[in-house]
Amino acid sequence: MGKKEQVEQLTTYMANFVSYIGKVLPDDIKEKINELAEKEDSPLSKVIYQTMQKNQVLAKELNRPSCQDTGVLQFWVKCGTNFPLIGELEALLKEAVVKATFEAPLRHNSVETFDEYNTGKNVGKGTPTVFWDIVPDSDKCEIYTYMAGGGCTLPGKAMVLMPGEGYEGVTKFVMDVMTSYGLNACPPLLVGVGVATSVETAALLSKKALMRPLGSHNENERAASMEKLLEDGINAIGLGPQGMGGKYSVMGVHIENTARHPSTIGVAVNVGCWSHRRGHIIFDKDLNYTITTHSGVTL
Amino acid sequence: MLEMKDGKKILTTPISAEDLKDIHAGDIVYLNGSMTTCRDVAHRRLVEEGRELPVNVRDAAIFHAGPIIRPLEDDKFEMVSVGPTTSMRMEKFEYEFVRETGVRVIIGKGGMKENTERACKEFGAIHCVFPAGNAVVAATEVEEIVDAQWRDLGMPETLWHCRVKEFGPLIVSIDTEGRNLFEENKVIFNQRKDKAVEEICKHVSFIK
Repeated sequence: MGKKEQVEQLTTYMANFVSYIGKVLPDDIKEKINELAEKEDSPLSKVIYQTMQKNQVLAKELNRPSCQDTGVLQFWVKCGTNFPLIGELEALLKEAVVKATFEAPLRHNSVETFDEYNTGKNVGKGTPTVFWDIVPDSDKCEIYTYMAGGGCTLPGKAMVLMPGEGYEGVTKFVMDVMTSYGLNACPPLLVGVGVATSVETAALLSKKALMRPLGSHNENERAASMEKLLEDGINAIGLGPQGMGGKYSVMGVHIENTARHPSTIGVAVNVGCWSHRRGHIIFDKDLNYTITTHSGVTL
Repeated sequence: MLEMKDGKKILTTPISAEDLKDIHAGDIVYLNGSMTTCRDVAHRRLVEEGRELPVNVRDAAIFHAGPIIRPLEDDKFEMVSVGPTTSMRMEKFEYEFVRETGVRVIIGKGGMKENTERACKEFGAIHCVFPAGNAVVAATEVEEIVDAQWRDLGMPETLWHCRVKEFGPLIVSIDTEGRNLFEENKVIFNQRKDKAVEEICKHVSFIK
């Protein structure tokens, strides 16, 4: 395959993948939703979970985006320096979003700031957002594709604490978001927490945390224990599905961390809604692909 | 009109204040008839710019939502996916909005606050939640898009005037007495949160 054909092929694959993840939830999320649906027992919670399950069946059957807010697309790229299309990737991802927007169809979610008009193509200045991790001496390319609606984007918050506030301060910061904005962000939520130095380092980590599979833990033992403490604590609030009360609030809590400046603790929280539309795909240098998040998909 | 059908409470437009009298926060209802999507900029145009809403929503419903639409022939449209957006964004406009338009049922996501409570109580309206993220369920309950106004706002913000059939489940969050389910829950949630924070803090003194 020549370079031009390769670019076309990868664009088509990514457009199809973007369309697909807007219609079918990842396996781990589906499983968790079914598990929580079983565990809730109030009539209101039951009706809400039944609607959610019916919606996912209809979305697949009718081949439509399961939630109308298909987000501003984000791509977390982990690209080998020897991946043949590394230079073309950012442009082709944008093209893939345009393609998916008309084919899926996706909602037009790019409003140019200051000029304040909707581009009508779902892409604009700096959208979709592409985050890069470069992997030396690899010829593979891993892409996390994420579609977050406005509702679960709204609670996002970051700040820098003084070390005196400690992890107790981190706890309070996260928990406050849950009862202020979290309950409107379509619980049960996936909660991502970043702990680092500054707002931007913590914020990036808190979003990256949402890419991890459910049931995974931070490799640091203390951080992992804090994930569990926060999960139990937020569940104890009892937000329930849609924040209307219930026995559970979250699908999980994921913490990602780096070292910090001795004088600061940067902390951030990002939440994913119950309709957590993330996909993970890995390409080799010949564009053979493996999808880890959704079983049985052919693009 | 309010009727019971197969154990479901169904509101059919036009809806009167009387129809809403016995509907309470926490009830589940369904809607038949006229419903128009109406969100951020439409509220701003009416309240701040003083423009008249180009769709008549009196005694009918609005839906805080931005759908995915597929254009058909002859200026017709298909509702592909539609679901509620965060109602709180419209809170600052909702009192005036209800007063000016005479809308009876506001459908959205999450709670609203004092302005909307006051409007619901004074003018006889309710706020309901459609379980969010269920956009295909909602779209299949839209029978027809009968009109599209303020199209200059783009697909999410256009006023899509729909005819709906047993649209729901709609969970009543604010009733005509001004009772607010979310605000009531928030008090309980905050108490539980304080207790949970206290418990977690016993185990996270990592800086020593």
